[in-house]
This record gives sequence, C-alpha cells and structure tokens, in this order.
Amino acid sequence: MKNIITLIGASALALSAGMTSAIAEEELFIYNWTDYTSPDLIKKFEKETGIAVTLDTFDSNETLLAKLKSGATGYDIVVPSHNFVELFIKEDLLQEINASKLSGYENLSDDFKNSFWDTGNTYTIPWMQGATSFTIDTDAYKGDIHTFDLLFNPPKELQGKIGMFKSANDVISTAQIALGIPLCSENPTEMTKVLELLKKQKEHVKIYSSDGILERLVSGDVAVHQNWSGYSIRAREKKASLAYAFPKEGVPSFSDNLAVPQGAKNYDNAIKFIEFMMQPENAAIQSNFAGYANGVKGSAKFFNDAMRNSPEVNPPEGTNFIFTKACSEKGIKLEAKVWESLLQ
Amino acid sequence: MSNSKILQADIKISKSKDIRSLPGFSWFTLSFFIYLYLPLMILVFFSFNSSSSATVWEGFSIDWYFKAFANDDIQRATKNSLIIAVVSTFFATIFATMAALALSRNRKIKHKPMFMGLIILPLMVPEIVTAVATLTFFSTIGLSLGIGNIIIAHTVFCIPFAYMPIRARLQSMDKNLEVAAQDLYANKWETLRLITLPILVPGIFSGAMLAFIISIDDFIITLMVAEAGSNTLPIYIYGLVRKGITPEINAISTILLIISIMFVTLSYWIGKKR
Amino acid sequence: MKKLFNIIDQYKGVLPSALMVGIFMLIPILIIVVYSFMIPNPNGGGRTGFSFDFFQKLFFCRDLFDNLVFSTGYLKIFFRSMWISIIAVIVSLLVGFPVAYYIATQNADRRNFLVLLITIPFWTNLLIRTYSWILVLRDTGLVNSMLISSGIINEPITLLYTEGAIILGLVYTYVPFMILPIYASLERLDIRLIEASRDLYTTHWGALRYVVIPLAMPGIIAGSILVFIPSIGAFIAPELLGGGKNLMLGSLVQLQFSSGRNWPFGSALAVIIMAIVLIALLIQARNSRKNGTEIVH
Repeated sequence: MKNIITLIGASALALSAGMTSAIAEEELFIYNWTDYTSPDLIKKFEKETGIAVTLDTFDSNETLLAKLKSGATGYDIVVPSHNFVELFIKEDLLQEINASKLSGYENLSDDFKNSFWDTGNTYTIPWMQGATSFTIDTDAYKGDIHTFDLLFNPPKELQGKIGMFKSANDVISTAQIALGIPLCSENPTEMTKVLELLKKQKEHVKIYSSDGILERLVSGDVAVHQNWSGYSIRAREKKASLAYAFPKEGVPSFSDNLAVPQGAKNYDNAIKFIEFMMQPENAAIQSNFAGYANGVKGSAKFFNDAMRNSPEVNPPEGTNFIFTKACSEKGIKLEAKVWESLLQ
Repeated sequence: MSNSKILQADIKISKSKDIRSLPGFSWFTLSFFIYLYLPLMILVFFSFNSSSSATVWEGFSIDWYFKAFANDDIQRATKNSLIIAVVSTFFATIFATMAALALSRNRKIKHKPMFMGLIILPLMVPEIVTAVATLTFFSTIGLSLGIGNIIIAHTVFCIPFAYMPIRARLQSMDKNLEVAAQDLYANKWETLRLITLPILVPGIFSGAMLAFIISIDDFIITLMVAEAGSNTLPIYIYGLVRKGITPEINAISTILLIISIMFVTLSYWIGKKR
Repeated sequence: MKKLFNIIDQYKGVLPSALMVGIFMLIPILIIVVYSFMIPNPNGGGRTGFSFDFFQKLFFCRDLFDNLVFSTGYLKIFFRSMWISIIAVIVSLLVGFPVAYYIATQNADRRNFLVLLITIPFWTNLLIRTYSWILVLRDTGLVNSMLISSGIINEPITLLYTEGAIILGLVYTYVPFMILPIYASLERLDIRLIEASRDLYTTHWGALRYVVIPLAMPGIIAGSILVFIPSIGAFIAPELLGGGKNLMLGSLVQLQFSSGRNWPFGSALAVIIMAIVLIALLIQARNSRKNGTEIVH
C-alpha cells in the first residue's frame, strides 16, 4: 500500500515537472503519421532554432479529423493528406500561413504552388509525395508487372496470394483507375461495375489489411500487395525480388502536407518549421529517411545513393500519376455501400 | 478470525489436496500456460534478431536493446503508459471495491440494478464509440489536463473490470462470518476491516490485475483522448505496423516482461515470508 | 440540506464509481444516442434533424441505384459476430474453468503466483502478441513447418485467415477475464463441502458437478460477460488473424466512425449492441432470481 502511494506521489511529481517545463522554453508540438518524421531532421531543427520539438503520432486522416474537430489539440503542426486538405479548410480547422510570403517559398516546385487542394498555398505546403499502387514478387510472376490486371484478373500463380489495403477509398480508387472510371464516380452503373470487379477479385484475395504488409511480402505469405512506394523500398531491401509497379492505367498518388491547426499555441515556431522545411537540404534529409519524393526544387542533389538510385522514387518515363480525390457526400455514400457489400 | 486460523485452514487444505484435485487438471493447466506463453517466447526470441525484421530470423544480436534504450520516443511512451496504468488501476480498484461492498452489503441503497448497470456500462459500449463520445465530451467541457485526461478515461473503463471479480468474490463469501462478528459486538467498521476485507483480498487483487492490463494495453480510447505530448506505448506500436514491427519493439516488450516477472517474483517472495 | 447529506451518506459507497461513470461515460453516451437519430454529416459528426434511417438500414438497404431492397447484409454481419463471440465464450469457459479450479486448489503462495503468471503476458501489447500468432499459424509458420518436416502433411494447411484463427485469438486475448472471476469465487471453496459430497459416494466428477460448479456460478457468469462483450466489439483478431475479408460488428462500427464517416449509423449500431447486452443481463437476472445465483440484485 505504502509503495503504491509513493508511486502515485512520484508520478504526480513527474506530471507537474512536465507542466512547468512546458512553460519555460520555446516549444513545438508536431502531430504526424507514425514513422514518418526523420529524427535527424528534428535534431537539426532543434539545434538551429533552440526550439524543443515534441512529436506525437496518428494512424489515419480520420483520426486527425476527429481530433481537430473536437477542438482539443495542443498541436502546432499537423500533416493531413491532400484529399483531406479541402475538407479541413472548409471545416475551418486550419490557420492561414500564406506560404507565398514566407522565406524559401521560391524553392517549392510549381506543381505544388498550384495544387487543386490548396492553390497558392494559403494553408499548406507539401511534405512528402508517393504512390499507392502495389508491390509484387518477381520470383512468383515473371511477366510485365506494370498493370492492374495482376490485381484484378490475377494469373494462376498469383491467385489466392493477393493482399489489399483495408481502406474503402484506396481500394475503390484503384479499381476505378483500372476500369477507366472517373474517381469518386457518382454514377450507380459505374459503381456497380466497381463492385462486381472487387467481388470477383475477392475470391483470390488472401487478406484485406493495411498493417504488416512488409512481413507478409517478405515471408512470402502473399506474392502481391497494395503498398505505399516508400514502404516498398524497405520491403525490397529485405527481399530483392520484390518490385514496385507503376501501372500503365495510371498510378494512384498522394501528397501529405504541413499545416497549422486552429488554436496552435506556438504559431511562430510552426512558421519557423515550415520555412525550415522549404530548404532543399532539409527536405532531402526527410526524403532520405522516408523514401518519398518532396516538393522542394534542388533537394535531389542532397539525396543519398539509395534514394537517388531507387526505382520506387524514379518511375519509368511517362508514368501517369493520378492524385486521389476527396469525394462529395454522394460519392462517399456510394463508396461506403460498395465497401460494405464487398465485405459483408 | 485470526491469521493463524487461516493458516491452519491452509495446512489442512494442502494435506488433503487429494480430495479436491481432479485427474488431468494439472496437466491441462500446464498446457494452458504453454499456450499462454508460446507467443511470448517467439517475441523474446526475435528481440535478438540481427536484421530489422521481427518475423524473419537472420542471426543473433543485442543491438535492438541499445537502440530501444536510446530511443526517446519509446521511453517517453513507456513512461506515460506505466504512469497512466498505475494511477488508473489505483483509483478504479478503490472505487470498485467500495461500490461492490455497498451494493451487496448496504441494504439502505435502493435501485441496485440501476447502479449495477451504470457501473458495467463502460463494458457494454464498443471502444470506438466510447472514444469518440469521450473526446467530444472532454472538448465540450474544455477539460485539458494533459495525461490527466487519459487517466480519467482509463479509470472509468477500468472500474467494471475491477468490479466483477470483487463482486464474484463477495457473492461466494459466507455471510455468516460477518453476522457472527457482529454478534460478537464488532461494529460495522471492525467487521469490514477484520472480516470482510481480508477475505476479499483475492478478489481485489484479481480486479486490480485486470484493470492494470486493460489500461496498459488500451489503444483506441487513448489515441482519441490523448493530448499533445502524451503518446503511450500502444499508440507508438500501432503506428509502427505500417512499416513493419522492428525487433526494437520486441526488445522493449521483453524489458517490460522482465519487469513484470521481477514484480511477480518479488510479491511471491514477500508473500512467502509473511 | 440535511436530507442531502443523509442521501450522500447512505450512498457513499457506490457514489465515486457512479459519479465517475455517470459523468464521464453516461453523458457522452447519451450524446451518442442523440447522434443515432441525426442525419449523417459527411465531414464527421451529425447534422441536426431527425431520422429513423438506421432502423430501416438493418433489414433493407438502398442499392447503388438508391432503390430500397430487402437485404440481410447487416444481419449476416450481426449473426457472424454473435456466433463467433458465443463460441469464444464457450471455449474460454472450457479452457478457463479447469485452470481456475486448479489454481484455487493450490496453497496460498502458489495461488497468488499462478494468478500473476496469468497476467504477465498481458503486459505485452496485444498487437505484438497477435503478430506472434501469425508467425505460428501462417503457411510458412511454426505449426505447418513442424508438421511438414515430420512428414505428417505435404502441403501446408491453411490455419491463418480462418474463423478458427479468429476464435483462437479471441480466447487468447480474453481468457484471463474468465479465469480470474472463477478463481475469485472458488478460492475459498469450503473443503468440507467436497468431503461431504465424497462421503455421499459421489465421484470426483460428481463433486464437481453438484458442489463446485454451482459455487463457481457467480464467477462463471461474470467471466462469460467479461469475455462476450469485448469479443463482440473486437477488431484486432478479426482483422489480423481473420484476414479482414468479412466484417464483424466491431469493425463495422469502426468503419462508420472512420472512412464511412457516418456517425449516426455507427451510433445506432452501438446503441443496438448496448441493447443486446442489456437484454442478456436482464434475462440472466430474471433466471438467477429463480435459481438464487444472482448477478443483478
């Protein structure tokens, strides 16, 4: 009993100690996807600015949305994906940063100065970009890998060895691209085709899961798995026969973005971090860590060899990247229906 | 009833074990413990893997332990998890014990089914709903206590887990003991302190253990309720599964495992001494 | 004022728990119940308005063309979850009871030691432990490679991504919730009762059937509730060990609050789960009043 009381006393002390230190020095609270922030980058930022960074992590855009909507945050920097940015702006969850007036803005590549989700970078700057097609074991299948046919009309050797994301939007967008149907289609006839395609595919699917993809690929549990390009690099490093596909039908892509949420306590420090990230050298440190491209011109010359030579970051000439979209209310409803009928 | 009497009862029991023990049960229990510990053995095994995979063996190394010790994020998360679990377990167990005693011994309390229902309410609601509901509520009333928010949420859902074993214990307890004590002019508090509580100890102990393991492993509610700077170990680990779990997590789990085994050995040793 | 103090005094035992749960659980849940009658807002949350949409949704669904058709889709998910949870409870009981009984018949030192031994694995994160099961069960895993190398089978048998794997995972996760309450109710099992029953010429098993199990009943009931409820809402075992190919209730609710962004339907499902549990408890309470083994007074 006495021990418990001592323990509680100690933890209360630890708590209050934590609180006082929070007031004492300059701080920055970053809320990012897990395993997505280079520790070297944070160390460099802390050293240059004297700001102490605390990094917390989340698992999905929906979690971030729910947390910001509740108003209870305490975060100064958040990292929403491109297809959620419009929604975040509409819901008044982000503060204006007017990136075009910040130092280093000239370094941003033009694609991201005129992105459809935040034209003129009033609220966000790009963080990392990558693809969400699939990783395939070239030992299991010898033919041309750059087609979605392998996922949706699998040849015999891949049947029953397919892994898909557990995410309505990712799976359905991929099916839409494969069928040549516009993303976020609101046409029931088109969506019926999507459902039929996915239902037919389901017989050959081993697992729907966005977790543990690397293990399944490396152990040979699956031969082909929907995957993020950055994580595909790590899988290939473990098993050289794994390759990343850039399907000719189009490659679903994403861009994650830095933004400052409403109610951020350290706005000035957040701006300092955003300016810091627009420096080519710093963007390159982050890319080297995560294995994704960034939106800063001139960062490529700071890439390490692994990054410079990796096929995942250097797609074949003429690859058609398609940024996924945020669907309208009707689109989301149709998506949810297709997804639920697929899995019921 | 004195301690020596309980001791005598114990001696009697251990001498006459043959009557109570059932054929095959000891073997069954042994295989159960193998089932329980098999995944842990695998886990410990892979914490010594030399490659960065927690599932494909490539050779022996202890590097991951050094890495785990050098990783500030893991340490911060582990510390948060332990503080939250200890504090929530403490309060949840006290509240649950009080409630169990009141609901089964205090005849003046009316509407007992209602209170019982209220106490086990946290069990009946799917976690994600509790998570969203609690988050909405906390932000509506502007509650912002950092790690305190998580402790409050954990205490709430730990109460029923602590309550159930204590209640089961009270129900199978011989009420005549308490009646006898009161016949011998012990007042309410003396009866509680000298009779009821000592007999209740295994129930309280089981309840506290359940509450602790529920708290230390909680993910969804914690993720939603957590404020800036209060990542816990489960949040950290769940995020890692995207990239694949590294043996670093196995290493930190092994360390926690060793701490818990030390804790068990210690309490076994203390119990034996007493 | 004095009356208020009297009430507080009278209820003081149950008050801390009741206040804790009442304020931080009941009120939020009431908000959620209100949500279940609202119209979904695609950005999360709900809109003001009133609808019984969700009720309809359970039996009928609008197909992609927005026509109302009879559909058993959600009922299928519902019964699958119930079925798997009930099996998980039964297996947990079959596994947990002998273990709890064995522990309860040891001397005091060993008892506490064994109880702690049961809780140790749960210091390790659930996800990590579930991953270890994947290593055991997968095609190239421990079980299959042992069976193949010993020549019993030639081709790996599919163990992972089956309902059996889900149940194994659920039992593994929740069996302590069965063992500890049963142990707690058996721990001071009066030896004379068994001696008496043995004197009446019953066998070991007779004593078990007529003496031990009735005594353990409060623990068995508490344990069954503690295993059943989280099993219904579970989603880690179904997703990771079951392969996530067929939804369970827990994942369905999760879906509504995440990518489905239909909070009202998610809330409605939650309300239905709560109702099932409540009904189960009430039936149990009614039966027990007849039998004398009460869980709800």
